[in-house]
Amino acid sequence: MSLLELGDVHIAYGNVKAVKGIDLVVNDGEIVTLLGANGAGKTTTLRAISGLLRLQSGVIRFGEHELQAMPAHKIVELGICHVPEGRRVFGTLTVEENLNLGAYKYRNDSGRVQLGRERVYQLFPRLEERQRQLAGTLSGGEQQMLAIGRGLMSDPRVLLLDEPSLGLAPKLVQEIFRTICEINRQGVTILLVEQNARIALRVAERAYVLETGRIALSGESLELRRDPRVQQAYLGVKEAAGLS
Amino acid sequence: MALFIEQLVNGLTVGAVYSLVALGYTMVYGVMRMINFAHGDFFMIGSYLGFTLVSSALLGGAIPLWAALIVVVVLSMAGVALLGVIVERAAYRPLRRSSRLTAVVSAIGVSIFLQNAVMLIWGPRYRAYPPWSVPSITWQVGGIYINFMQVLILAVSFGLMVALYLFVQRTTVGAAIRATAIDHDTARLMGIDVDQIIRLIFLIGPALGAAAGVLLGLYYRQIHFTVGWTYGLKAFTAAIMGGIGNIPGAMVGGLLLGILEMLGAGYISSAWKDVFVFLILILLLMFRPTGLLGERIAEKV
Ligand SMILES: Nc1ncnc2c1ncn2[C@@H]1O[C@H](COP(=O)(O)OP(=O)(O)OP(=O)(O)O)[C@@H](O)[C@H]1O
Ligand SMILES: [Mg+2]
Repeated sequence: MSLLELGDVHIAYGNVKAVKGIDLVVNDGEIVTLLGANGAGKTTTLRAISGLLRLQSGVIRFGEHELQAMPAHKIVELGICHVPEGRRVFGTLTVEENLNLGAYKYRNDSGRVQLGRERVYQLFPRLEERQRQLAGTLSGGEQQMLAIGRGLMSDPRVLLLDEPSLGLAPKLVQEIFRTICEINRQGVTILLVEQNARIALRVAERAYVLETGRIALSGESLELRRDPRVQQAYLGVKEAAGLS
Repeated sequence: MALFIEQLVNGLTVGAVYSLVALGYTMVYGVMRMINFAHGDFFMIGSYLGFTLVSSALLGGAIPLWAALIVVVVLSMAGVALLGVIVERAAYRPLRRSSRLTAVVSAIGVSIFLQNAVMLIWGPRYRAYPPWSVPSITWQVGGIYINFMQVLILAVSFGLMVALYLFVQRTTVGAAIRATAIDHDTARLMGIDVDQIIRLIFLIGPALGAAAGVLLGLYYRQIHFTVGWTYGLKAFTAAIMGGIGNIPGAMVGGLLLGILEMLGAGYISSAWKDVFVFLILILLLMFRPTGLLGERIAEKV
């Protein structure tokens, strides 16, 4: 059953068209990945879903709601949370303050905020050790954990993740993706933007490939992994493997 | 030595008032990266509202005078807070996506509008708080004299500053203000209604400015519709001194400026005290535009 659906979405920055009519469906409980090269329009798409950008035209449906005219904070209240590219933790606030802000919509329910923090500390025990530390002093990996944890604090039904692997060592990438799968098992639907297609296609059930603002390919991850165009452009598999 | 301590107390008194006004500049700058050039006029209107309330029957004697004065401060704060929210909605919100220069022009327009409105309502001449509005009590503490108004100003100003500090540092809404000052978009992704935070800033800043206006009006007694610019510029200097955008910095900057001004008045010449302040502003803008406290402590808002 489709939970989040984009229909013929167009987005422009001034006169520059960044997204030129995309259709995309995320079903309840899935992990779906959105792949594409630099500048393809992945971040733009996520920012439109979360209400930071307005559409030129098109619709974004979430259950029975239409999101395209809604302010960002209302979209968070409905249950969509966007973990932005580059982590964007609040550096001069403590880890705990960052988490509490993630639960801003529950600010008058301290019990709920407390439960949220316990859930996050269970997923990322390192954050608990550093709860009083300023977020700006965390390592890159810890900041990514904090960004994801902060997103979970609003108890979202859908988590939009923008390049969680960016700038992390391979071992840490594995660890983050294990946690992403765990979060999905807890019932959170995930739309994952990645440049690291190899790992994204391993965790996602389905994938869309974006090229200069248009969906170039889509389908089951298993199929896309075997598609020669994907192998060549995104998985770094050399053309004409038979040359030897 | 007695002169030194006396001028120190005088400096702390006016400095506390500068701090209150400086907080308005610094909070608006922190959250919106904009200098609200109309902020001094909120201070000025506060002093006029206080003047009208003090002159009216409110001080009829049902409650002690100090309590009545606090009521006057609170009512003026409420009135000017409302005005601040209206000004934000009418003059700044429509320009949120325009250039900074547009916002500056709009702020100057608001300032001119408010000054003229006050001139029409209260008249173009100096007005004076009635002599009976403040009890003429003076205490002698260890060789120096300290009067009723100085105690009231210090108590109210420090009370308000401590309350603001605790609100911003200890509550979730306070953290939301700090987060908004860092990054509007990411604040939105937390579910924070940034427009609401800005409205809150335009409620707190003008309210503090109004408290300062009433207190200084009671202290110096004379008020005029142009005082917003003079005191606004002083408080702006204090905000720059503390590193604009930095809340504790504005508090410290105000106190420091008041003390420097009064020491200058005591030891050099009181006729030149405003000149010292503006000299400090020019030197700061030239050599230390990020403030004396430096970048490290200058946690933005
Ligand atoms: N604020 C902006 N103003 C103007 N153009 C922009 C803006 N942000 C993005 N663009 C343009 O829109 C297009 C899509 O950018 P977007 O950030 O969505 O790409 P992306 O797929 O997320 O790339 P990356 O993998 O590098 O993050 C690019 O051509 C980019 O230059
Ligand atoms: Mg991107």
